[in-house]
Parts: sequence; structure tokens; C-alpha cells
Amino acid sequence: MSYPKELFYTQEHEWLGLNGDVATLGITHYAQEQLGDIVFVELPVVGAEFQAGDTLGVVESTKSVSDIFIPVAGTVIEVNDPVVEEPSLINEDAYGEGWLVKIKVDNPKSASKLMTSEQYQAFLEERS
Amino acid sequence: MQKLKPTPLYDWHVKAGAKMAAFAGYAMPISYQGVLEEHKAVRERCGLFDVSHMGEFFLQGPDAVKILQHLFCNDVQSLKVGRAQYTLLLNEQGGVVDDLIYYRLRENQFLICVNASNVERDFQWMQRHFLTGSQASFKNESEDWALLALQGPKSVEVLKKFGASFNDLAKSTVAEVKLGAIDCILACTGYTGEKGCEIFVKNSSALTLWQQLLEAGCEFGIVPIGLGARDTLRLEMAYPLYGHELNDHTTPWEAGLDWVVKLSKEEFIGKPALLDAKAKGLKKLLKGFVMIEPGIAREGYRLFVNHQACGVVTSGTWSPSLEQAVFLAYVENPSLQVSTEVFVDIRGKMKKAKCVSLPFL
Repeated sequence: MSYPKELFYTQEHEWLGLNGDVATLGITHYAQEQLGDIVFVELPVVGAEFQAGDTLGVVESTKSVSDIFIPVAGTVIEVNDPVVEEPSLINEDAYGEGWLVKIKVDNPKSASKLMTSEQYQAFLEERS
Repeated sequence: MQKLKPTPLYDWHVKAGAKMAAFAGYAMPISYQGVLEEHKAVRERCGLFDVSHMGEFFLQGPDAVKILQHLFCNDVQSLKVGRAQYTLLLNEQGGVVDDLIYYRLRENQFLICVNASNVERDFQWMQRHFLTGSQASFKNESEDWALLALQGPKSVEVLKKFGASFNDLAKSTVAEVKLGAIDCILACTGYTGEKGCEIFVKNSSALTLWQQLLEAGCEFGIVPIGLGARDTLRLEMAYPLYGHELNDHTTPWEAGLDWVVKLSKEEFIGKPALLDAKAKGLKKLLKGFVMIEPGIAREGYRLFVNHQACGVVTSGTWSPSLEQAVFLAYVENPSLQVSTEVFVDIRGKMKKAKCVSLPFL
């Protein structure tokens, strides 16, 4: 399953998993496939605060640089350090070991404006 | 958008699931199984590249040598039949119009292989700067020829399967040969730093040859390689790429290509300007760097020493072989020493890097 049903998705190809007011964020299967081998990840520090739409970090392949955007306002409470050490985890397991950060979301309801798995897949189809 | 040209192998690439992208007007394969895997395959085994977008010119006639001596800064007089030479096409200001390889096929016959993005420009430039009254035919046959590059330590073994005559291929040689039943021009040149060859073949035979090479290389672990790995491979060797390290406003001195310029030649386009530039001293020089702090420096990023801007990145990537980020940059201080620490402005954050000797690998 390339786009798990329990997750939310953005037009910039991030995924968001919500558990109470804690969200886990990563990039989608489509994003990692488009980027190719990911060789570098830059993530914020724990405690960093973001507004919806802010740039949270970057992922880079040998050739390109992509910003990671945060779709909801919140504070970083955990960073996936192994993925910084081994960026290929994102290619191998985008929704599992390839997660990027955990965020305490200011308003969990704000996630409802994001796309569902079906909507995201329709969005991808439209683009191709 | 202008319609992209396909190479003769376009359908094969698409069927193989390659990631395709526009490059110099062609739809080219960027990667098949991933840049890192492909890079490793070429360094450890062998890989096959479709570089049919490159341009092929043929120059033939009694004045061929005289013309090349005038147009290019390297010395063709010293080039034996059956040999290849890297050279530069310069403008009157000593800037680089293109970097390329010509192959001396016969005494008075040369194949000139130019960068894909410069085919039209080079051809027109060379026609315009032909010695007046010289006797030679000059043709642009880029649309008729495909180019396959077989690169990597095992490439010799792959070629051996086509016959004993390919047992001992020396670097920079070129010959018109038959690979199986296919006529081609086999040149022991490349852009990866590995052993290997580049094979010029007519479009109509390209797919057959491509498949035969993959088959012959199967037992040695051959894989198709896209332009993504071609770039990481050439960058580890610090080979310049036109439009990045080289352009109309950059001299060979600045690019560290002194060895290509033969000032002992009586005359060539750009020679007076190069002599002048040398006398005045360099304003910039190409240097290699590795990142000390995490980050990848990309083209256009700026370098700083003591908070003073001191250079600009021309190419940067993650080096799969060295497992660190490397980059080439023009620095304003030509005497910047190896081991000197600099800072790169990576999207607003200053990250430490240090100057290293080239090539990186």
C-alpha cells in the first residue's frame, strides 16, 4: 500500500499521522520515488516552533534539493536522528523508519483540511 | 515547450522503467535503479550509458590538420592516427566555446565529438572560423549517430567477448571495428575515470548493439546507467562540465586546464588573449572542496573566508564513493591552499568546508 488510509497528505507530498495532538510527519512514497536516492536530510531541533506552511527542513538527492513543509502549526517534540544518519531509510520505508519529526500540534482539528489517501491519489493522477 | 528528441534507445529506456528527463533537447534516462547503485556498478563492475545526445562532426581533407590547429588550443600535429585528444574551442577572448575530444581516424580524417548542448553553436562557430580557402569537407552527422559508453573495470572483459582483437585496448585509442556484425567506431575514452570505451554506432544499429553489450556483460554484472550517475562519476574525477565549470567567459587557465593549451603552437584562436591573461594573473581559479559540516553545496552557492565572499560553487553533489559531499568552485584567490577552511552559504546557513586536491577520488 503506497498511501496508507490512516494518514493525511499535502500537495507538497508530505504525510501526517495524527495521534491525539501529536503528529508524525514524513514525505510520501511518490516524493521519495521522484527524488530518487536520498543522500542528505536536514531537520529542525526539538523545541522549534512552526506556523502552517513553514519550511521544516530539506531532503536532497544527488542532484536536487527539496524543502519539507509543515502543513499545521506546532512544536517539534522529537526528531528521527537515524534518518539523518541514514537518509536512505526514507527511500526504503517512507511511512515507517523514514519518518522525519514528531510535532505537538497547536490545533489537531487543522489537520482536517489536508487530503485523505483517496484525495491524494486522485491529486497525483491529475498531475500525471 | 519544444518537442524532445528521442535517442534510438528511447523505447528501451522507457520499457526498462528509467526515470526520463529533458537534457539538451533530448529525452534522456536519468536513472534506472537509482543513482547510488548505478554509480557503484561503474566503479566496481561496469555500466552502459546511452549518450547519443552528444554531437558528431566529421572533418576530412588535405587541410584538416591545419584547420584543427587554428580552431583548437591543443596540438593535433602530435596526435597519431588512431588516437584521441581532449581539446578546447576558444573564442578570441580566450573563453571556452566548448570542450571536446577529436579522434584521428585517418591521416586526414577526424571525428569530433562535442557536447550535446553545443552542437549547433559549435558547428556554426567552426564553419565561421574555417581557414579561408582551405580544402576540407566538414559535416555535422549528429542526427545519424548514436553513442554508447561502456565504462568500468570489467568493461575490458565485456569487449573480449566480441573477439580476441579487443583483448588489449589502450587508453585514448580509436579504431573502426566490427562488434559482432555491427560497424562502429570504438574509442577508448570516457567521462567516469574508469577503464572503458565509447562506441559510435549508426542509429539503425544502436539498439542491437546496446542489447548485445548488455548480454555480453551479464556475467560481469553490467547495468544501464543514467545521466544522474554520469554526473556523480565525472564530478568525483573533477572532470569539467560545460555550462558549469566552463563557459565563454572562463579561460582554460582559470579552469585548471593548462595542460590542454599548447602555447608552443604558432597560432590558434584565443592565443593572444590567453598570453595576455597569463601575464595579468588569474582573477579566479577552480578548486575542489569537501564539506566538513553536514550539507551539500550546490551550483551558485557562495563561499566565504573571514566573512568575505571569496567564490562561487559550480557543481556539487554527494560523492557515493567517498561518502561525503564534494564540490567544485571558482575562488577569487588563486593561491588558496589545500586544507584551507571556508564557509558555504547553504540556504542562509554558513557550513564549513575545506579545500582539497583534485581529483576527489
